[in-house]
Amino acid sequence: MKYLDEYRDEALAQKVVAEIRRIVTRPWVLMEVCGGQTHTIVKYGIDHLLPDEVELVHGPGCPVCVTSLEMIDKAHAIAQRPDVIFCSFGDMLRVPGSEADLLVLKSRGADVRVVYSPLDCLKIARTNPGKKVVFFAIGFETTAPSNAMSVWQAHKQGIKNFSVLVSHVLVPPAMESILASPLNRVQGFLGPGHVCTVVGYEEYEPLAARFHVPIVVTGFEPLDLLEGVLMTIRQLEAGTYEVQNQYPRVVKREGNRVARDLVNKVFEVCDRKWRGVGSIPKSGYKLRDEFRDHDAERLFEVKEIDTQESSICMSGLVLQGVKKPHDCPAFGTLCTPLHPLGATMVSAEGACAAYYAYGRHLQCEKKELAPV
Amino acid sequence: MCLAIPGKLIEISENPEGVRMGKANFGGIVKQVCLEYTPEVNTGDYVLVHVGFALSKVDEDVAARTYALLEEMKQLDELQEGEMGVEIPAQTLEERNGAP
Repeated sequence: MKYLDEYRDEALAQKVVAEIRRIVTRPWVLMEVCGGQTHTIVKYGIDHLLPDEVELVHGPGCPVCVTSLEMIDKAHAIAQRPDVIFCSFGDMLRVPGSEADLLVLKSRGADVRVVYSPLDCLKIARTNPGKKVVFFAIGFETTAPSNAMSVWQAHKQGIKNFSVLVSHVLVPPAMESILASPLNRVQGFLGPGHVCTVVGYEEYEPLAARFHVPIVVTGFEPLDLLEGVLMTIRQLEAGTYEVQNQYPRVVKREGNRVARDLVNKVFEVCDRKWRGVGSIPKSGYKLRDEFRDHDAERLFEVKEIDTQESSICMSGLVLQGVKKPHDCPAFGTLCTPLHPLGATMVSAEGACAAYYAYGRHLQCEKKELAPV
Repeated sequence: MCLAIPGKLIEISENPEGVRMGKANFGGIVKQVCLEYTPEVNTGDYVLVHVGFALSKVDEDVAARTYALLEEMKQLDELQEGEMGVEIPAQTLEERNGAP
């Protein structure tokens, strides 16, 4: 496929790796922000291709992972109501709440449906006027325009039986929280290419300047990621800390103005609790008051739910790049994708789930057993 | 979650509610795409699609230039050394489309 296949060219990848080897003189720690990038890196073994000096740690950019347990429990409480059709993206279905997951609820009779696009929910609402259609609106800045459009259109078309349970998160406040932490190890970022397709990268420039950290907005194919690493290492070796764009074929500095405008009309910034990390100020979106009739949290008045996370799980430290999945004693033993203990194992894009899916837990066992 | 893939726009239309829609071809699979955020695109353009929304036009000139720069690396002799095996298996569309 055009614009995918050419960015998986093996010979070219070897040259970029060779160039990284040529220019690197000392150890550097880089973080890829987005879960989709983590997935590509682990799938293609990009971290193993890089010279020992370059360490990749994995960022918090998996919205399914960081959706708080309280919010998931709220979603489940709403989905179980007999008057509700609960719609969600497919990757939220198996995420366990305190008691069950959406698939289990469906097997018990709840009307849970997977949609490809949030606009599909409007069709469902129109054809089921006696039901309340609720969409679980999670995601980063990339997904915000789609969710905003569904609310905007429902409002415009007078579709009153459609609402959204909003748990949107924003990338820059999470990066700031990582950089400001005393535990921080990250010296350069591969920025989230598709988030920046929407919002551009102007708001990353103050972060780079304040923390003296290079940020290279990077795509999702193997060559994109390798080139992103090369550009970041070049900056680190030269002592510069600029925001650069490795992904100009889709990302513009100002992002997508039309999309940003509608997102700002529908949503406003709020504090948000991140699973595994805790509350981060101004790190999420909520619906503006004008759209309160489409706000599922208000319409269904679900009470605050008390939840308990696992005490062994290290997902908070993994999300912040302080620990790697295999540093956790529960990884691949007590904690697996079928029985996840925490944020980074619950979605395929979480770092722990990606390590598990591509057999890294087996490699760990080998390492322990081998020499002696 | 932030997965987005490039598809070729083969049709532009307006749905009964007045929303600008289109059809995009992803290596043989054709899907409905909302074009409200990309008023500038025309049939034949490549668009980057996320959960049924075109978020950006793929800039073919920039893509070609960036790729040419990368290809230049192939020509540099000093880079011939220190190579190691790189395995980059092809990924199917189904895999990429598995989750939004």
